[in-house]
Order: sequence, then structure tokens, then C-alpha cells
Amino acid sequence: MAVNYGSKRIVVGAHYGFRDWLSQRITAVLMVLFTLVLLLQVLFAGPMGYDTWSGIFAQQWMKVLTFVVIVALAYHAWVGMRDVWMDYIKPVGLRLTAQVATIVWLVGCAGWAVQVLWRL
Amino acid sequence: MADLSSAPSPSRPKARPGANMRLVDALQYRLPVAGVVSILHRVSGMLMFFLLPFIIWLFDMSVSSEISYDTFASAFSAGIGFVPGFLVKLTVLALIWAYLHHATAGVRHLWMDATHSVTKAQGRSSAVATFIVSGALTVALGAKLFGLF
Repeated sequence: MAVNYGSKRIVVGAHYGFRDWLSQRITAVLMVLFTLVLLLQVLFAGPMGYDTWSGIFAQQWMKVLTFVVIVALAYHAWVGMRDVWMDYIKPVGLRLTAQVATIVWLVGCAGWAVQVLWRL
Repeated sequence: MADLSSAPSPSRPKARPGANMRLVDALQYRLPVAGVVSILHRVSGMLMFFLLPFIIWLFDMSVSSEISYDTFASAFSAGIGFVPGFLVKLTVLALIWAYLHHATAGVRHLWMDATHSVTKAQGRSSAVATFIVSGALTVALGAKLFGLF
């Protein structure tokens, strides 16, 4: 691969946003599929209550799927919030602060969600 | 995200060379329906982002134990702490709308990407379809949430 760092780095041109653009779409599709999988299970599970509801998430494959979706959601929300901050916050310091706070917020939330999932 | 189909209104502000357009200038323009879908896509995404701890808390309560499940269920009827039940329901309704609008508007983007349906007319009709789909689903789930059926 051609050298693309230091003084040789190409700072303009296409493809810089492509990875984010693509990952936001892939993670979105994952979340829609998860929604459908969960919806089908809720519809065909019978009378809803604690046992039925927690039973859905107690299955190992559902835990793995939910875990993947939690990670996907965090990445998706990161790309989206980064877009928002880049559009509306001009001062570099303030923008960096917002971006760091976003990462802290999302990683914290993801950690909590994973903990809830795996102690089930 | 950008939607370039908006036509300038008659009261279009004068161009100020070298100056960035300010929000008050932007508000002079008529926002087409595709633009409304677009800004609400953003608003709904931010709403879910900021309410993420509330969503995880609901998930935590609903799956952790039978006792916490009862707390979860009664939060919608009797309220939780100092927060009345209807406020919990309203917040969840806002989240339901946010999710449905965000997902529908997202599918619209995928459809535009996949089929190159990016003319002004297609942008308008798909934006209207987005509102119809997400609106109908929100009304249905909202009615269920408030016990109308």
C-alpha cells in the first residue's frame, strides 16, 4: 500500500468518510434485523410475563446476538453524534470535549447493558 | 443528510460574501417535507442517545428478577419514585416515536442508496411515506401503551 502518513498523507479526497458511512448502514441493518427477531419471539412466546420475557434473553444465541447489537448501536450512535457535533460545534476544544464525552457515555452505557445481559 | 431540493423563498436573504450563514438566515428558507424527515432523523437519534441510560434501566428492571419486573411494570401504572406513571408512559411514547421514525427514515436512506432514487419527486414521496409508516406504527403502539386496546 502506498505511503499515506506524515508529509505524504493525502488530506483531501474521497473515502475518508466511506468507512463511517458504510458501518453506520451495516450496524443499522443489524439493529433492524434484531428488532424483527425480537418481535417474532415476543409475538410467538405466548402470554407475556417475567418468565417469558427473561426467557427470550436467557438463550445463549440471543445473548450473543444482543451483545453484537449493543456494540453495533454504540458504533452507530458514535458516527451519528460525531456528525452532529461536527456540524454544529465549531470551536475545536468544545468539539473535542463533546466527542470525548460521547465516547465515555456510549462505552459506559454499553458496559452496563452487557452486564445486565450476562448476569441473566 | 443534505437535501438540496429546497427552493429559496421570495424573502431570500442577501448573500454576505465571506460570512457563514447563520441559523436565523437558514430559517428564512421553506423546509421541504424531505428536510423535515431529515432534521427529525437527527432529533430522534439524539433523543435516543441522551435517554440511553433510561432504556438500559428499563431493560435491567425487566429481565433481572421477578421483583424488578414488578417494579418495571408498576413504573408505567403507579409511577416510580417521584415520577408519576403517565410521565414514564409519555417518555416511552417519545422513545417509541423516535425509534420508529429513525428506523423508517434509515430504511428510506438505504432504499435511496440501493436504487439511486434521489430525484426531487422521489425524495418528496418517500418522505411522505416515511411519515405515514412511522406515524401509523407510533399511533398503534402508543394506543397499546396507554391501554386503548
